Amino acid sequence: MAGAVAQGDVFVRVAARRRRSSLTRSRIRSAWLFIAPSLIILALIAGWPLARTIWFSFTDANLNNLSDYEFIGFENYLANYDGEWLGLLTDPDWWQSVWNTVWFTLVSVSIETVLGIIVALILNATFPGRGLMRAIILIPWAIPTIVSAKMWNWMLHDQFGVINDMLLRAGLIAAPMTWTANADTALWAAVAVDVWKHTSFMALLILAALQMLPQDIYEAAKVDGVSPTRVFFRITLPLIKPALLVAVIFRSLDALRVFDLIYVLTSNSRDTASMSIYARQQLVDFQEVGLGSAASTLIFLIIALIVVITLAAGRVRLGEDPR
Amino acid sequence: MADVVLKNVQKSFGKAKVIHGVDLDIRDGEFVVFVGPSGCGKSTLLRLIAGLEDITAGDLFIGGERVNDLAPAKRGIAMVFQSYALYPHMNVYDNMAFGLELAKSSKAEIDAKVREAARLLQIEALLDCKPRQLSGGQRQRVAIGRAIVRDPKVFLFDEPLSNLDAALRVQTRIEIAKLHTDTRATMIYVTHDQVEAMTLADRIVVLNAGHIEQVGTPLELYHRPANLFVAGFIGSPQMNLIPCQVAGVGPSEVLVSLPGGGSLSVPVQPDGVQAGDSVTLGIRPDHLRISPEGALSGRVELVEELGENHLLYVDAGQGRRLTVREPGDARHEAGSTVSLDLAREFCHLFRGTGEALPPLKGHTSPASPSPDLTSSAA
Repeated sequence: MAGAVAQGDVFVRVAARRRRSSLTRSRIRSAWLFIAPSLIILALIAGWPLARTIWFSFTDANLNNLSDYEFIGFENYLANYDGEWLGLLTDPDWWQSVWNTVWFTLVSVSIETVLGIIVALILNATFPGRGLMRAIILIPWAIPTIVSAKMWNWMLHDQFGVINDMLLRAGLIAAPMTWTANADTALWAAVAVDVWKHTSFMALLILAALQMLPQDIYEAAKVDGVSPTRVFFRITLPLIKPALLVAVIFRSLDALRVFDLIYVLTSNSRDTASMSIYARQQLVDFQEVGLGSAASTLIFLIIALIVVITLAAGRVRLGEDPR
Repeated sequence: MADVVLKNVQKSFGKAKVIHGVDLDIRDGEFVVFVGPSGCGKSTLLRLIAGLEDITAGDLFIGGERVNDLAPAKRGIAMVFQSYALYPHMNVYDNMAFGLELAKSSKAEIDAKVREAARLLQIEALLDCKPRQLSGGQRQRVAIGRAIVRDPKVFLFDEPLSNLDAALRVQTRIEIAKLHTDTRATMIYVTHDQVEAMTLADRIVVLNAGHIEQVGTPLELYHRPANLFVAGFIGSPQMNLIPCQVAGVGPSEVLVSLPGGGSLSVPVQPDGVQAGDSVTLGIRPDHLRISPEGALSGRVELVEELGENHLLYVDAGQGRRLTVREPGDARHEAGSTVSLDLAREFCHLFRGTGEALPPLKGHTSPASPSPDLTSSAA
C-alpha cells in the first residue's frame, strides 16, 4: 500500500519534471538563439585569429609565402641544435622586452590607480563647476595615443622641447636631456605619458563606484566620530575594491599590450621595446611569422597569467555585489 | 543622560527656510516624538540636533552645554537611521565595535559592550553575519545595537521602522519602548506614523511647514488639539471637520447652526467669538452616532468592516463626507440614508484662523475617552 503510494508519488514527480523540462528546454533554446550571433562574431574576430596565431607558432611560416610552411613543434619556443639552445625562450631581447613591459605596467598602473583615486575623490565632492571638470579631465583620454605620443615627443625633444626649456630655466638641469633616446629615462617618459593619458579613465571608473556608495553610512560614521582618513581606508576603500580591481585589470590589460606609445615615443631600441614591439619586429621586420606568432602566443599566456594572479590576490569574483 | 533644549532654532538651505524658529524643551529621560506630514521639517530638525546639518540661527543645548559648533561625535548622541546605515562590508560585531575603536576603549571593554548590547537585542547568534545576510528587522536591531554601545546621552531615531513590514514594526516598536524603560535615556524619535507617535511618546511634537503646531502628551493632543492642523493630523480615521456659523453665544457654550438646518450647543468657552462668525466644528468618528432623530443626515457611500468595529462614510450633502465609527458589524448598507447625532461634549470648535476655542474650566479632558457606544446606538 505504502509502496503504491510512493510509486504514485514518483509518477507525479516524473510528470512534473517532464512538464518543467519541456519549458526549460524551450528557454534554453531561445537563450542559445539570442547569444548565437555574438558567439559567431567572437569566434570569427577573436577565436579564429587566436587559433591561427597559436597554430603558426608551431610552424616555420614566413611572411614571404604564408601558404608554404611546415610544422616544427616547439622549435620556435625552444630547440636544441648540436648542444646549443635556441628559440624565443633563450633570446635575451625577448626577456628584456618582457621585463620592460611588466615594469612599465606595474609602475604606470600603480601611479594611475593612486592618482585616479585622488582625482575621483575630488570629483565626487560637491563644488561649483564639477560637471565641467569631469568633462575636462577626459580630454587626455580622448586624444588618440599616436597623437599624444607625437605631442609628448615634441615636448620632450632634446633641442626644441618645452620640458627641457622649462627645466633649464628653472635651473633643475644643466644641459638639455635626451629624455626619449636615453634608455634610463625613455621608459619613465613613456610612463609619464601613459599616466597623463589614462589617469582620467581610472578616475572615471572609480568615480562611478564612489557614486554607488550609500550616503547614510558616511553619516553614521560621522555620528560615530570616525576620522576622514579612517573612513577612507576602513569604509570607502573596501567598498570600492571590486570596482577598483576591475579598473586595474582593464588598465593592466592595456598596458601589457602597450605598443604605439613606446613605438612612437622612444627610439626603436631593444632597451625600451615592449613585448608587442618585439612580436611586431619578428613578424614584419624579420618576416618570421612562426617566431612572431610564438611571441604573440606567449604574450597571450603572460597576460592571462597576470590577470588570474590579480583576481586571486584581490579575491574578487567579477560581478559580485560587495554589499 | 541629558536634557535637550532648542532656542529659536532655524535652518535654511540656501534661500529656502525650512525650520522657522523652533523652541522646545526636552527633559532628561523623556521620549519625545516628532511627527508631521512629509516635508514638515521633522527629519531636518533631528539632523540639526545630531549635528549632521549646521544650525543657521538659534541655540541648541544638550545637557546644559551649547553644542551648535560641536561635531556629531562630541554631542553624546547616537542615531538610528531609517535605512539602517550599516557598514555593508563589516560583520555585525564590527558594525557595533567600529565606532568604539576610536574612543580608545580597550579590546575587552569593547567586547563586553558589544556582547551586552547583542544580548539585550537578542542578536548574539548573528554577530558573525554580514548585513546582507540579515532580514530588515535584524538589521534594524544591529543599528540600534550600534547606538546602544555608544552609551549616548540622547538617542535619535529617524523613522527607524518605516522599512519594516507591519508585524515587525509592532514588535520593534515594543522593543524600542522597552529600551527606553530599561535605559531611561532621552530619546527623540521621528516618524510620520501617528500610531508610533501615540504609543511611544511621553510627549509628541506636531510639526508643520517648519514650525511647531503643538507639543503635548498623546492624549492631550488627541482630546484637546490646539488647532485645526493637529485635529486633522492626530487620530485615525481623521476627525470630521464641519464648517458652520455661530448662531449664539452663552457664558459656557457656543450655539452653532449646522449645515442642513439643525443647531448644536457646544460646551466651550466662547472666548470672543460672536454670532455670525464662521467656525469649524470638529468631531471624531467615534462620537458621531446613528440615531433616528440626529442633527445631521446623509446617504451612506461606503461601508468598511474592520471586525471589532466598522466605518461608515456618509455623504452629508455639498460634497461633505463624514466618517462614522460604530462597534461590531455594520447594520447599514451603502445607499441607505442615516441620521447622525453628535455627542456635544466631544465636539471641538475652531475659529476661522484655525485655533481651537478653549475648553470649559475643569473640563480639560473628557472623563471617558469615548461615549458608551453600545447603549446609544440602540
